[in-house]
This record gives sequence, structure tokens and C-alpha cells, in this order.
Amino acid sequence: MRTTRSTARSTAIAATMGLAAATALSACSTPAAAEVPGVTDDKVVIGTHQPLTGPAAAGFASISAATAAYFEYVNANGGIHGREIEYIVKDDGYNPANTQTVVRELVQEDEVFAIVNGLGTPTHSSVLDYLDQNGVPDLFVASGSLTWNQPDEYPNTFGFNADYVTEGAALAQHALDTDPDAVVCVLGQDDDFGAGILQGVELALGDGEVATNQTYSTADQDVTAQLGAMKEAGCTHNVLGTINGFTALAVGTAAQMEWFPKWHVSSSGADYPTLAEYLGEEGTPALEGLVSVNYLPNSPSSEWYELFSQINEEYNDGAPYTGNTTFGMSVGYQFAEALAAAGENPTRESIVAAVESGDLGGNGIAPLTYSADDHFGHRTVRIAVVADGAQDFTDSAYEVSDAGATAVEPEQAPLENEGIPATE
Amino acid sequence: MTEMDPAVERLVFLMSTGLARGAVLALFALSLVIVYRAARAVNFAQAAMAIVPVYVAFAVTSASGSYWLGLASALVVGALLGAVVERWLLRLVPQDNPLPGIIVAIGLVMVLQAGLAIAFGPDHRPVHAPFSQRPFDVGGVSVLSPYDLFVLIVAAVVMGGFAILFNRTSIGLQLRAAAFAPETSRLLGVRVPRMVTLGWMLSIATAALAALLLVPTGLGLDPHAADVLFVNAFAAAVIGGLDSPVGALVAGLVVGVLASLVTGYASAATAPLAVLALLTVVLLVRPHGLFAAREARTA
Amino acid sequence: MRTLDLRSGGAKLLLRAGLLTLLALGATFLLDPYRNYQLATSAGVFAAVAGLTLLVGLTGQLSLGHAVLMAAGGYGYALTATWVADALAGAGGEVADGVVGWLLPLLAGVVGALVASGALGLLLGLAAARLRGPYLAGLTLALVIALPSAASTIPGLAGAQGISAPFVPVPDALAALIAVEQWHAWLAILVTACAVTPLVALRAGRAGLRMRAVHDDETAARLAGVDPGRVKAGAFVISSLAAGLGGVVLAIVTQQVSPGAYGLGFSLLLVVAAVVGGLGSLGGAAIGAVLVTLLPWVVDQATAGLPADLGHRLQGNLEIVLFGVVVIVVTVLWPGGLSRLLPTKKLSQNTQLFQNTSLSQNTER
Repeated sequence: MRTTRSTARSTAIAATMGLAAATALSACSTPAAAEVPGVTDDKVVIGTHQPLTGPAAAGFASISAATAAYFEYVNANGGIHGREIEYIVKDDGYNPANTQTVVRELVQEDEVFAIVNGLGTPTHSSVLDYLDQNGVPDLFVASGSLTWNQPDEYPNTFGFNADYVTEGAALAQHALDTDPDAVVCVLGQDDDFGAGILQGVELALGDGEVATNQTYSTADQDVTAQLGAMKEAGCTHNVLGTINGFTALAVGTAAQMEWFPKWHVSSSGADYPTLAEYLGEEGTPALEGLVSVNYLPNSPSSEWYELFSQINEEYNDGAPYTGNTTFGMSVGYQFAEALAAAGENPTRESIVAAVESGDLGGNGIAPLTYSADDHFGHRTVRIAVVADGAQDFTDSAYEVSDAGATAVEPEQAPLENEGIPATE
Repeated sequence: MTEMDPAVERLVFLMSTGLARGAVLALFALSLVIVYRAARAVNFAQAAMAIVPVYVAFAVTSASGSYWLGLASALVVGALLGAVVERWLLRLVPQDNPLPGIIVAIGLVMVLQAGLAIAFGPDHRPVHAPFSQRPFDVGGVSVLSPYDLFVLIVAAVVMGGFAILFNRTSIGLQLRAAAFAPETSRLLGVRVPRMVTLGWMLSIATAALAALLLVPTGLGLDPHAADVLFVNAFAAAVIGGLDSPVGALVAGLVVGVLASLVTGYASAATAPLAVLALLTVVLLVRPHGLFAAREARTA
Repeated sequence: MRTLDLRSGGAKLLLRAGLLTLLALGATFLLDPYRNYQLATSAGVFAAVAGLTLLVGLTGQLSLGHAVLMAAGGYGYALTATWVADALAGAGGEVADGVVGWLLPLLAGVVGALVASGALGLLLGLAAARLRGPYLAGLTLALVIALPSAASTIPGLAGAQGISAPFVPVPDALAALIAVEQWHAWLAILVTACAVTPLVALRAGRAGLRMRAVHDDETAARLAGVDPGRVKAGAFVISSLAAGLGGVVLAIVTQQVSPGAYGLGFSLLLVVAAVVGGLGSLGGAAIGAVLVTLLPWVVDQATAGLPADLGHRLQGNLEIVLFGVVVIVVTVLWPGGLSRLLPTKKLSQNTQLFQNTSLSQNTER
């Protein structure tokens, strides 16, 4: 008897204490609801979830810093429709449980207008339904998973990256175009990233034409067994659906085996400065000839690159310029363009309509392809190669459709109005 | 020279890689066995405690340019850490029930790993091997690289050293006596607490060595770099029998080869499941481990 | 002395449980949507910690893998509920639109969760019956490490991306009154109440007595006609069911189950919550659950003002260091944890785990 009573009472006390604490916290702040969430006369508040801590932070933390720097640049030049863009970056440590918490905080506490560039497939998948049910525009997700392209189910969700299938198809087609006898193999992450790349490669080559498909999981940090299997399979061209760390690991491990096949790497794992840092001075020569694709103006010869470098100096404390810088600033530009197109008094509906209108040009190597039926914007990717220690675009580009990858001319979006979208 | 069948080449390559990884596993499993023999406890903080000295080695190697200086400092720091943790933390914990010790070890894991992440950031720090990792070409088949060979030799030397220490020296005798019959040993003049501390020092130094050997084959150094190594080594130690150094050696090699074969032939994702399945089966079918232990594991 | 007089005791227990649940439901009116979300999350964690603290405190079996049991519950819920919801949608619009449209999938999902977590718990329990502490802890640790692999290997679990669980909408009758977060908090409180109340009864009853007997002295318990293996396995299953219901709560609230949300870090936090609250104390489990849910958020708020580099290093790590220190301090200096702050604990079994050990500690060396 005594035990029961004491337990019940202690539970009651515990519950009361917990509630009291929670209630006290709730007294903090509840901003008055605006007519359009996050939009006031002089400000638009948007939010994102990014891995700023944890193992994924090393590869991605610099993206949101670059985006924030671009928005500062826009704000310093008068903003969009006279409104400054306030960009709230929340850390989720690449853990879906944290993503769910911070995105709710952004939507309910900070009352953001939209979520922009939420990063990662497993993380962002966990808030997809929530954002849909709350009618929050979910713009330019930082992942190439086809999940974001379901306009019927998720009308407010748009992907940013070139999707993984597009990249895989272009990388494999380029292998065939440069060497008809290519023996193409795939090393992919054991999630939809690797699966999408494999699907693209099979789209280009035909089913069953991949000599061997190997996978790795981010939990284990050794790909020797996989590389050994690929070497023994006689692969000449390895298409990698890997993040930067594992690209470096694969290239480094193969070099240690004295094996130097052609590497064809997804844009998510082919950032030369990052790879060179991983491999160190002795390892870097193995990156010569590394083929990758990109859809953003990530080339020192581009005027966008020049502008972004200046913004990086001025508003980002001169952080090292990497592919992440181009990525983050391009996302910022694309959002600013959408906001400009959403009208003088933007609403959640009008910004989604603006993206779907197909009028956004973006700053990529080909015009954006967003439409009501297609929630991905980059269907064309351009081949980049590492030569003499520098990574730059070649002249070949591929447009990918359900039929496969077709070679096209790249058509770089021009830089106008000093990189600040015009509002008319 | 005749061309080998590619399937055979692949098998040989996977086996030899598995052996090299297995040697590291065996070494780490041995470190668990040492601490078990000294203190009758499984140290759940072994991975975190092993990675701290590796950070020190990394810093020393970067500063001095000498891998060997780094290796030596890792051994010293590992031994010191073992002593500090045993003397100043674990002695405060009740010993006759394993539970408080495990919980304190988990607290220690959290403090050490999160502390390292605060101090050094979450990045993987690339660590380079002191020897080439290019496999030797034997009759057209890739087998063991010089670095793999180095790992195997180090593992063999350490194992041999411990065999001599435990079986042939007075210290080894006292270590064993203190662990197996503390009361009697005390009556016979063995300084039991000192022997327990010595066991912890040897154990953590060995674990640090294993972690140091592992890091160049992977993505790099981060606070969690030895987590999976710990789980696999725990499985190996249990399979071999927690107080059997020979068992740790054999089971470590077996688990290493198994993981390599499963990764190569099935997928990377299957390897942890295979280890888990092996551990479960051994625990259920032969809970004493394959190499006879003295003590039943069911209370 | 400790046995429960079933009739009056059972009624009183139910009354108290009902009152507490009502109190918690009422409290949701004081909270804004985001706090209600936090409350619901804490409730889910509480269910799992309650199961864990009972297992460790009463039977001395340490599981480092309770996150996986929560995940099993979550997957079981999501798969079953989705299946039923799809079947209803296929059967015709009228049924699917009404209350039945969400209630039936919800209930079926709970059953699915109990089956999944119970089955996994039974497997572990059978192992646990034969194993002493470190072996069980190691086995459950290996289980947590293998969860992402299992998710990407078992068909239908969709790997790292995870699967979604059906959305439970606010019933029409309440739609004008409460927001969806509050509604989900209600569901969370109800499911958690269903998970924890049986644990309270069990702990106070004959089963609790058996568990303590086995923990104190297995041989004596065996002589008294108690089968230690069966008691240990049974305790593991019961604890797993509570954890599974915790997984249901998180699946309802977040509409998503993925392996990344149930990793080693989270699993260890469950242990932290149980230890800090005082092993064996269900009231302590409630405090522990609130603490591990809210402290990371508090640390984030506190470090937000720091320079970015330092802030990012502290975020996500500082609270782990704090938890680690607290766990060590509580275990070494203050066995019983925060439950000691709660009244009428003098004769409680919470501290028993450590009592006999601390007495014998000095003779050891």
C-alpha cells in the first residue's frame, strides 16, 4: 500500500514540477500574429535547419554561413521590395529528431515565412508532412532526393540540387562518351543518395550494365573491402555517390592500392578544395583528372564566382571559398529571386506560385526548370574536371530526362543588377 | 605467371584485409580482456578512453613530424589515463555489483567524447599511415600492404609480450593472483590495489595502440572513431571468452575476416548485423565463450 | 507488507492515475503549441524511461538499447497504422473521413507497436535471462549500433530516410477549441498513462516483489519457488512494451520514424534520465525525461549569444558533458538521484540497488 501511494504521489509531484517548469518557459515570448507569417513592412523572416554540429557539420556547416552572407549583401543594398531578409539558422546536428524540434520552433515560435534550404534527406524527410500540413513554403531543399518532387502530395516543397538520378545519368553518359569500352562501376552511400546515383547510371547504361555496385554506410569508416571488389571487377570508370569525406577516402584508398581508375563524382562529394584538404599533400595528385558535375557557377572564370568571392570577403569574414560557398550563395540568390517575383506583398501562396511559374532564371549553368509539374530546377548539369590542381568546367553538359542523358550546350544564366534580383 | 581467377583474387584480397583489420580488433579485444582479468569488469568507456591518447598522438606527430614519437606518447598518455580513471574515479564506485561501474563508464564516455568535440571540433582529422598501404602483389593477387604487415607485427609482438608477462614474470603472476583471488593474494603480500591499477594502465595503453593503428585506414580521427571498434571488439572478446587472451586473438581475427567478407560480398550495411547475430548466437549457445572461461556468466 | 490489496489498492491506483492524467491534460491549455510539442515529446520519453528504470532498478538488468525498443514500437505503429489507413481509404470515403478514419489506424497501430516491441523485448529477455550485467549491456549496445543497418536491410523500413506515420487530425468536435499540437499532446499523455500505470501497479504488486527477490538473491528466490529466468525475461518484455508505447507517442507527434532519431546518443540519454531520476523511481523517471528533453534546448538558447565558432562547439556537446558529469556524480555520491527530493522515499527500494553495495565497499579494498 505504502509503495503505491508514495509512487503515485511522487509521480504527481514530478508531473507538477515538470509542468511548472514548462509553463514558466512558455511565458517567454509569443510574437503577435501577423497577417502573413514572417512578413512585416520592413522584414521577411525565413528559417532553415542545417548540421552545424556533429559529424556532418564538417562538410556542410559553411553553406548556411554563405547564404547568410549573401542575404546581408542584399539587405545592405536595400533588400527585396524594401524588406530585409532575416535568415534564422537552426542546428539539427543531422539528427531527424532534432530537425523535427527545430523546425517546429521555427514555424511556431519564430513564425517564419518559409523554410529555405533545409539540409539532408533523412533530416528533411522527417518534417515534410509537418510543413505540408501547416502550409509552410518548403523551398529549395538541399538534397537531390526525388522525394521533393511530388507536387501532388507536397505542393509547397521544391528541391534545390540537381537530383541524384540526373547526376548519375550524366556522369555515366560522359564515361561512355569519352571511352566506349568503359567498365562502369558504382560506389554509393547506402541510402537514397547512392540509390539515386545508381538509378541514373543504369538509366544511361541500360539495366545490368553496371559491372559492380558497392555501398558504404557513414557509420563505418573503411572502404577497403569495397574498393578491392571494384578493382577485381576490372572497373575503369567509378561513379561515386559519396559525400566529400568518402570521396577522398575512396580515391585515397585506391591510390594506396596503386589503382588509378577514372573517378566520376556527384556534385555532393566533388569539392576540390575540401577533397585536397582530406587527402593532404601526398594524396592530392590522385585527384588529377577527377570528373564531376555541377549545375552552379562554381568556376573561377564565372562572373558569379567573382561576385560571390567579394561578398564572401566582405560579409563572411573571408572564410575559405569552397563549393559550399557557391552553393549557399546561389540558394540565397534563388530565394531572393523568388521573393522578388512573389510581388510587393508576398504571401505563402504567391511565392509558391512564383516558383512554379517557370519565370525564375536562377544563376545556374542552364535556366531553371521549375514548373507546376516539376519541383526540381536543375535538369542540366555541366562536366567539370580537375586539371593541374584546379577544378573547372569543360564545355560538355548533359540534360537528363526519362529517356536518358543528352549532350547539350551549357547556357549560363547571366549576372545582372550586381546579383540582386530586380523588382519591378 | 598465370592469371588468377578474379573470384579467387577477390577472396584472397578480402581475407587479407580482414586479417589486418582483425588484428586491430584482436588487440582492442585483448585490452578488454586485460581489464576484465584485472578488475573483473567490462570497461564500457574503453573506446572514449582509447581515443583521447590518439588525439595526443596526433598533436605530437603534427608538432614533431615523427609518427613514432606520437605512438610513444599515446602509450604513455593511455597508461596515465587508465591509472587516473581507476584511482580517482572507479575506486569510488561500489565494486560487487557491475551496474554502478557500467553507468559511471557511460557517464565518462559522454564527458570525454563531448569534451573532445568541444576542444577539437567535430571534423574528421585525416591521419596518415607511417607505411605504404599499397598491397603486395603475390602472383598477381593483391595481399596485405606494408602497413597491414606492420599492424600484424605490432599485434603479434604485443600479444607475445603479454603472454610472457602473464605467464613468465612475477608481476604477471601477481596480476593474475590479484584478479582471481584478491583476499588470498593480499594475505600473501600482493598489493592488490596496485595490481588493479597496473591492469588498467596496460589495458588502456593497449586500446590506445589499437585505435591508433585503426585510424589511418578510415575517414580520420574524430571523437567517435573507435565506437564501432569497441562494439566489434566486445563481440570478439565475448566470443573468445572474456578472460582468455588467446580467445581474444582468435575471435578478433575471425570477426575481422567475417566483417570484411560480408562487406565485400553482401553490403556494408550487413556487417554490423552479422556481428550482432554472431554475438547473440554465441551468448545464447555458449555463453562461456569458445575458449573455456572459469566463470559461468549466468549468475 | 508491500503487497497490494488488489481491490481497494487497484481502484485507488486507477483513481490517482486518472486524476494525474486529467491534470496533465488540463495543463496543456496553459501551453503554447511549441511547448505542447515539447510536453508530448517528454511524455514519449517518459514512457520509455519508466520502463527502463523499472528494469534496472528492480531487476538490475541494464539495457543500453531501449532506443531500439522505442524504434521498434514506432515502426510497428507506423507500418500497421498506415496499412489500416490505406485499407480504410480503399474501402470508401465515408468511413475514412469520420472519427473511425483516424481512430482505427491509431488503435491498430498501437497493437502493432506492442507486438513489434514486445517480440523484440522477448528475444532480448530470453537472452537477458541467461546473462549477467555486462553481457546484456554489451548485447544491447551492439543492437543500437546495428539499428541503421537493420533499417536499410529490412525491406519496408526505407533505410535512413525512415517511414512516415499517418497524421492524426484534430476531431471535428474539438477543432474549434484546440490546435493540433495540443491534440497530439493529449494523445501523448493518454498513451503514456496507459504505459506507465501498469508499471506502477506491477511494481507495487506481487510481480515487483518477485523482481526484487530475484535481484537481491537469485538462489534464495529460486528456493522460494520463483523462476529467476522467467522473472527477468518477463520484466524485460514489460519494459519493452512501455518503451514501444513511447515510440508510438513520438511517431504520432512527429509522423515519422527513422533510425537516425534513435541512435546511441539518444539511447544513452534514456539511461541518463533513469539514473538522474533515481533508478526504480517512476516519479524520478518523469523528472529525468523532462530534463533530457529540455536541457539541450536550454543549452542552445544559452549558447546562441556566443560567437558562432564557440557556440557551435558547445551546442550539442555542452549538455552531453553536463549529463555525463551528473550521471557520475549521482552514481558515486548520491544514489537515488532526484527521486530523493521527492517525499516518502525513506523505505523505498530506489536506493536499495546501491545500499548493500556501499556497505560492502570498504571491506573490498
